[in-house]
Amino acid sequence: MTFRAAVITFPGSNCDRDMAVALEQVSGAPAIRVWHGDAELPERLDLIALPGGFSYGDYLRSGAMAATSPIMRAVIAAASRGVPVLGVCNGFQVLAEARLLPGALLRNAGQRFICRSVTLTVENTDSLFTSAYVPGEQIRIPVAHHDGNYFADAETLDRLEGEGRVAFRYAEPCNGSARDIAGVLSANGRVLGMMPHPERAIEPAAVSTLGGSDGRRLFESIFTALASA
Amino acid sequence: MQVRVLVRLKPGVLDPQGRAVHHALEGLGFAGVEDVRIGRLIELDVADGTDHATLTAMCEKLLANTVIESFTIEGLGEPEGTR
Repeated sequence: MTFRAAVITFPGSNCDRDMAVALEQVSGAPAIRVWHGDAELPERLDLIALPGGFSYGDYLRSGAMAATSPIMRAVIAAASRGVPVLGVCNGFQVLAEARLLPGALLRNAGQRFICRSVTLTVENTDSLFTSAYVPGEQIRIPVAHHDGNYFADAETLDRLEGEGRVAFRYAEPCNGSARDIAGVLSANGRVLGMMPHPERAIEPAAVSTLGGSDGRRLFESIFTALASA
Repeated sequence: MQVRVLVRLKPGVLDPQGRAVHHALEGLGFAGVEDVRIGRLIELDVADGTDHATLTAMCEKLLANTVIESFTIEGLGEPEGTR
């Protein structure tokens, strides 16, 4: 079975190629590139990936314009059928604006754009995105964002934590995020949004210019879960 | 028909921009500023008779993110000279 992953490109996306490379390196199959103006997704997808970047120049709010684009109607429909969706950085902002994930991403508490590698704690290893990690494991993944300050009301945060839907936490405060949340899962566990960039950490340290290979197992988790399904 | 939509961060949502501006005002010597919150003003020119429910839907679907923001809609009536 060939792994079929779609990577959506919005005007202003800039991590779409990195995402496609990561998916191809792990799965061996080239990712299908999809333009935001398309109304339909390719058939029989195993994964939809929304990449990082600055879609629509972050007009109005980060991710708000992209959430209204034609392809997002198809993404929302696919997610409702259980097709896994991964949103990284701006992709996470788009998923929150599209209400596929709870909460919102506010301006970083320190007002500054943050671009560095951070330590994350893997909180949930039961999801199809995180099964290759060890519970409580600390990993290094780069972040690069201005609006990564996760916000949700206390009731929602309690629910997310109670249901094991916090996938990753910053090991140290990073951007002001509520309860140091770096990545959240949907209620059915098949949509993951995260601010850090696993696709920038997929190569052995010897050849990596960005920061190790700890992101690779996220893609291996997805591929393993779906290949054995 | 001119309509103004005011979008504000909800109480309790951190506004780092407002905080920085507050700090800058104090730096300029303006005493007694208790708080600064920054919102967004959106001016719409819509068809006459556009009802409140439609404007509310525009706010809820796009103009405001109701997870973090509240909005108010102010009708400005007809422009001078056209009524």
